[in-house]
This record gives sequence, C-alpha cells and structure tokens, in this order.
Amino acid sequence: MPLLDVQNLKTYFHTRAGTTRAVDDISFSLEKGEIVGVVGESGSGKSVTCHSILGLLPQPPARVEGGSVTFDGDELIGLDPLLLRAVRGRRISMIFQDPMSCLNPYLRILDQVAEPILVHEDVSREEAESRALEMLKKVGIRDAEKRANSFPHVFSGGMRQRAMIAMALVTKPDVLFADEPTTALDVTVQARILQILRDLRDELGVAVLFITHDLGVVAEVADRVVVMYRGKVVEQGTVRELFKNPSHPYVKGLLACRPSFETKYHILPTVEDFLETKTASDGSVTLRERSDAAQRLEKLESDGDLEGASDSSALLLEVKDLKVHFRSVGGFGGKPREVVKAVDGVSLNIHKGRTLGLVGESGCGKTTTGRAILQLICPTSGNVTYAGVSLSGLAAEEIRPFRKRMQIIFQDPYASLNPRMTIEQALLEPMNFHNIGSGREDRRARVVSLLEEVGLSSSHLRRYPHEFSGGQRQRLCVARALTVEPEFIVCDECVSAMDVSVQAQVLNLLRELQDRRGLTYLFISHDLSVVKFVSDEVAVMQAGRIVEQNDAEQLYRNPVNDYTRQLLDAVPQSDF
Amino acid sequence: MSAKNAQAGSSLWRDAWLRMGRNKAAMASLAVFTLMVFLCFVMAWFCKDPNAVTLTNKFAPPSGDHWMGTDALGRDLFSRILYGGQISILVGLVATAVSVCIGVSYGALSGFAGGRIDATMMRVVDTLLSIPFLVVVIVLQAVLSDWSSDTSSWIVTHWKWDKTFTDRLTNIVPLFFALGLFGWLTLARIVRAQVMSLKEREFVEAARALGYNRFRILVRHIIPNTLGPTVVYATLTVPGFIMYEATLSYLGLGVEAPNSSWGILIKEGANFMETHPGLLLIPGIFFSLTLFSLNFLGDGLRDALDVKASKD
Repeated sequence: MPLLDVQNLKTYFHTRAGTTRAVDDISFSLEKGEIVGVVGESGSGKSVTCHSILGLLPQPPARVEGGSVTFDGDELIGLDPLLLRAVRGRRISMIFQDPMSCLNPYLRILDQVAEPILVHEDVSREEAESRALEMLKKVGIRDAEKRANSFPHVFSGGMRQRAMIAMALVTKPDVLFADEPTTALDVTVQARILQILRDLRDELGVAVLFITHDLGVVAEVADRVVVMYRGKVVEQGTVRELFKNPSHPYVKGLLACRPSFETKYHILPTVEDFLETKTASDGSVTLRERSDAAQRLEKLESDGDLEGASDSSALLLEVKDLKVHFRSVGGFGGKPREVVKAVDGVSLNIHKGRTLGLVGESGCGKTTTGRAILQLICPTSGNVTYAGVSLSGLAAEEIRPFRKRMQIIFQDPYASLNPRMTIEQALLEPMNFHNIGSGREDRRARVVSLLEEVGLSSSHLRRYPHEFSGGQRQRLCVARALTVEPEFIVCDECVSAMDVSVQAQVLNLLRELQDRRGLTYLFISHDLSVVKFVSDEVAVMQAGRIVEQNDAEQLYRNPVNDYTRQLLDAVPQSDF
Repeated sequence: MSAKNAQAGSSLWRDAWLRMGRNKAAMASLAVFTLMVFLCFVMAWFCKDPNAVTLTNKFAPPSGDHWMGTDALGRDLFSRILYGGQISILVGLVATAVSVCIGVSYGALSGFAGGRIDATMMRVVDTLLSIPFLVVVIVLQAVLSDWSSDTSSWIVTHWKWDKTFTDRLTNIVPLFFALGLFGWLTLARIVRAQVMSLKEREFVEAARALGYNRFRILVRHIIPNTLGPTVVYATLTVPGFIMYEATLSYLGLGVEAPNSSWGILIKEGANFMETHPGLLLIPGIFFSLTLFSLNFLGDGLRDALDVKASKD
C-alpha cells in the first residue's frame, strides 16, 4: 500500500462569482522514499492539492467536496483538526517558495528549527537544540554551531531555504511537501538545494511531493511526475516515460514550448499548437489534441532555417567601461558610508536589429546595467553612446528625444502599469506627451492597431490592469513601450515570472516584433535557456563585471570562463 | 484637490461613482448627509430666530410652535440646531479640505523629492507638531479678532450683506486658520510614506523611461494612487475638527455667544442632562448622524476609488 494515497480528491471554491473547481477529481500516490513531482502552471491546482491534504485551506470559501486521502492507512479528509495537527509538522512537513517570508525575523535560526520538536515531542530544550543543530549541519550549513544563533536576515536566500528544509525535516517526517522550493533561487543555488533534497531522501527515507512549474527541475529531481492542468491530472508516469513519450497534448505542448539549449525553432511552439480547448455552455471543458499539431510543428521547424540571415549590421549602442556605484546611507554620525559597486566596468556593443542577452545571478548588477544604459540611473562613470550620440552628462531635456527611441519592459507587468489608469489612458499618454500621431482620432486608431499587434483587442481598452492575466499584462507593457515607436528595448527579466506556456507566447511576440519592426533588444535574464533562445550574442555577468561575451552558439558550446561553465552546468537538464 | 482630481482622468471618477452607486450603505449615508446640509443651509432661513430669548418659555417641551422645544433661555432648539449645524459642518468640511490640500501637496513633494529637501520639510512638520495647539489658537484669535470685525464691517458697508450673517462668517475664519494650520500635519506624513513607496514602483520607472517630466509623474501617476488612505483619513478628521471647534468654543475661543454650534449645544445641554435630557440628546443625535454618514461615506469612497474592487 502506498504511503500517501490520494483518490478522487475534489476541492471547490465557492464564491459569489460562482464555483471554481480548483482540484477536480484527482488521484495519485506517493510511495515511501519516493520523489514525485507535481507540475502545472499557476492556477492549475497543485498548491491547493497540497493544502487540501493538510487541511490548511481557508474554509469557506474552499471545501473538500469528495475523495479520500489515506496516509499510512489513516484517512486524513474529515479528520479531527486536533489529530490533523499532530500529523502536520510531525509526520508530514512542508516547505514553501519564499524562504524570505517563511522565517520569523525575530527568532534565531536555531530556535525556529528546534521549535517543531518542542511542539510535537516531549523532549528537553537541550536535546531539541542539539538535534536541530545536527539537522542544520545535514542540510549543508557550514559553521552551524556559530551561525545557528544568528537571525534570518543575515542568511542568504539559499541558506534560508536550507534552514527551512532543516525545520521541516527535524521531526523526521515521513512525507515532505515542497511547494516551489527553488523558484526564488538562482540556478547554482537551486542545483545545490536539489542535491540536498535527494541526499536527504536517500539518508532519511523521506518521501517528497515536489511541486513546481519548472519541468527541468522535475526531470532533475523526481522519480515520477504528475502533470496537472485546470484542476485535473492530465498525465502521470515515471520521469523518463513522460519526457520521452508524452501522450497528452498538453504535456506535449508544455515540453515543446520550453526553450532548451538545443531549441532550433525561430518561433517557439505553444501549448495551443497541440491542445484544443472547448468550453461547453455549462462551463465544463473538454481538451482535445489538434489534428494538425504535427503539421504546425513541421512548419515551425522549417521556418527555423531562416535564422542566421542577418549578419553584421550597424552599431547601435556602445557601452564603455560603465560603472555604477551606490553609497549606502550612513547613519547620523554612525558608521561611515560604504560604496557598493553594483556595476564595475561593463563594456558592451549592441548591433542594430540584433539581440544581446545579459545573464547572471541575482545581485550581479545586470538590472542596474540596463537602467544605467537608459539613463534611468545616473552612471558613476563610463560612457553610453547611442546611435553616435553620447548620453552621459545630457540634461533631462536633452535626454527626452532619446526616451522615444529606447524603451524598457519590466519583470512584473502588473507593477509596471499604473493601477489607476485604464489601458486606453496608459497607451494614449505617451503619444500625447511626445506628440506622436496627428490628433486624437489618429492616436486612438494607433492604440487599437498596437493592441492588435500584441494580440489583444480593442474591447480591452476600457479595462484596468488588474483585469488582465499575467501574460496579457506583459503584452500591454510591450504595447506601451511600442507607442513611442522605439528602436531599442531593454527587456529586464520580462518573462521570468511567467509559466512556460505564457513565456513562449511572450517570447514569440518579442521575436515577431523584432522581425517586423527591426527592433534591437538587450535581453536581461537569469534563465540561460531563454537567453539562448532569444539572443544572437550573450554576455555573462558576475559581481558587476562581464566575465565572458561571445556569439550565443559559441558561448553555450564552448564556455571559456569558469563561472560560465558553472552556470551552464547548474541548469537542470531534461535530455533522456 | 479638485485640480488634481480633474487631471487624474475623468473615467476614474466616473467609474468610482458607478461603483459607489452599488454600495447601499454609502448611498444611504450620502442621502443622510445631503439632508443634513439641506436642513442646515436651506431650511434654516425659514426658521425662527435662533437667538430670540423668551424667558417666560424656557425648557418648553416639543410643540407645534417649537418642534423640539426650547432651551434654558427659551430659544427655539430646532433653529439653534440648524444654525449651529451651519458652523459645525462648515468648520468640518472647510478645515478638512484645507488640510487635505496642504497635506497632500506637502507630503507628496516631500516624499518625491527625498534626501535633504525631504528631511528639511519633515523637520518643519515635527516642529509644528511640537507647538501646543491651544496656544497658537489663542494667539491667532487675538491677532485675527480685530481683523475679522474690520472685514465684517467692510463687507457690510460695501457689499450690503446682512450684518448678523457676515459677523457669523468672519467670526469663524480664525478658527479655520488655526485648524487648517495644524490639521494637515498627520496627513502629510501619511502621504509622504505612500509616495516614498510608490516612487520605487516600476510603473513610475516606466513613466520615467517614457520621458515624462517629474511634475507629470507626481501628479498623474503617484498622487492618484495615494487617494485611498487620503480619503479615509480625511473623513475621519471631519468629526475631529467638529470636536475641536466644540472644545475651542467652550473655552470661549471659537464661536462666540450667542451664536451656536453643535459643540456648544451639546455642552449647554450637558448642564441640564438630568432635568431636560432632550437638550443634550437632540443635538447629539444630529451630530452623530452626520458623523456616521461621513464615516460610511469615507469607507464607500475608498472602496469606490479602488479600481481593483470586484465588479459584482
């Protein structure tokens, strides 16, 4: 009998707007010592599944409508909350996506890791602390004796996630629910955390339910995979089976739309190329494979051959020895100011109509570089030459004409749209300000055609940003950047927060716009596969400096720098 | 505020109005408040003289002649409440409007400018906060009382306004000054904190990338996003100002006898609480009804101005 057996679980959310079937009749099981990956895009019900099993959902609006969850022979659904609490944290533990907000900033790490033992077991404080310390060593925290007594804020993201894992495993649970535990981390840190999870599984025999949206991570860590879509399990099987021979069209689409190092497509396939969704009048959804999926894919593949047509073109942007140093704010008569060298001597060349990818881990200064190029941050020294004109030291008035020619798209499309402006206002404003187009009617017409160009329609004009989905919002941001008809766009992690299927759509949009309008991109990202897909050239950044820059193919095939090699090795691979 | 509101785009306000229409509590409050304003500012002109003393008819119970009875000097309570309401509502609304205008502009500028300008501007706020309020009001009253009687007689001779009316009006101007001078301090701090976090948001950076000037960014992109807390705070300060007026009047610094205000009526009524509770209760009911309706209105406005509110 499996350790954890979920049968026909149904969790619905009842709100005034109607009933949402967040988890709709799903079944899967978890054996002892097994790692099962649950994959799905945001809103597919993977976290809700987890929370339903542990009885952690707010009820109402949520309600478990049916099904059973047996854990080690006991039924968990409908179990007395007190008994369930004894299971939670002791026999089933959980770790979360954001290690920053999951640790209490007012308690020492050791206290927090020891707390579950003190809550669930009748042991002395000394024993609990010594066991906590042991567990902290196991998850790879060096100098655990010394560091355990510090507070969470002095720990880095990866260290905090390790502390979280220690906290979850310190009571020696049978099952660990890991809800996107590496999503907020850099690839190199992610690789280490995944390694730790696998080692601990081997050592402690704990079964792990690993929830993620990242297929690469699943391929790296899991034994079996469960793929969820719209509250249903669409396919499950061993990792090898599923990646080699996916049977469900959604899974096929998901695997195809993820850019990898080997992707040859010019335009990525999307889930829609495989999957046909039909919504019946009663709200029930039927999923069908497209009959022409194979042809569509073939067409995309043949289109890919066009690449490489554009070669050496005019230099558009030249960055020379760019430096941005921040002074940390010194206290009043307190400690002296420190200088943070966010960008420390970066030189780049970007040619017209091409894409330069800028990769690096968080905090390496890639975002600051992008903003300093656009003169949104004043560089400390160095020179930015755009189309032959030096931008450094220009007054705000003199920069303004260049604002039309250079634009930026941000990571979080929601935060980058004014929540109090309708889409129409947001798109008209730049044109009004820069006097683009002749008169009101012309501008309106331009807004409509822009919306259509990015795949939205004029019926969206009167809506506010919050009424759109994440992918649509990013399209809006692209449309807004295009209102001033720029020739150069900085894409700052602009697909990083998206599901792969949405990411593919936005990447395709960027590519189509580049083909049509001859745009030049500086594509900033931490995701090496995405950068490989979009870029003609790639620059790798570490601690404020460019450590390697080369043609994209060359750099990925023959990395010269150690750090580049380290980054490339850390990317989860799914080649079987 | 109104100039900024106009720039925030008409559709925000049109949508807000539509959303508010669906909020029953807010609409009922709006009706109650409108009724109060109508009673005090229109009906009052058709009432008895609020200052006509009839010592033979004191503490009269409600009757056809005196709808809500008379007070200790035989004055008609109903008309005193309506005339008093003029002062109270005016003080509450005008002082709030003044403090919102100053507070939002000052706080927004301070937060947006940052650095030394911000530090200096905030020290000014701190300094003002540290001055005892009453002292300033007393000084202001002394300085401005000559001015207000001069202005009053000037208006009466030049514009031929009614003397009692003009007196009543100029009488409360020092009060507006005093309340307005201090009322905006807290709001400035609230708005400053909001602006400081808003200016780091990406849509502000996007606006900069589009080349907008700072004034436009501040007025069109940042200030409209501070509206929610501002509206709530503003509606909460209205009762505060009305209470201040009552306190000051009680000390002989605000509205001068024989004029009335709700604060004065309640204080007077409290003297006869045991024998004639109506003198306390009736003005109290008017006062509370107005404050309740303003609070609900504030909540309704905040929800209505929140574009993220659900459409159902």
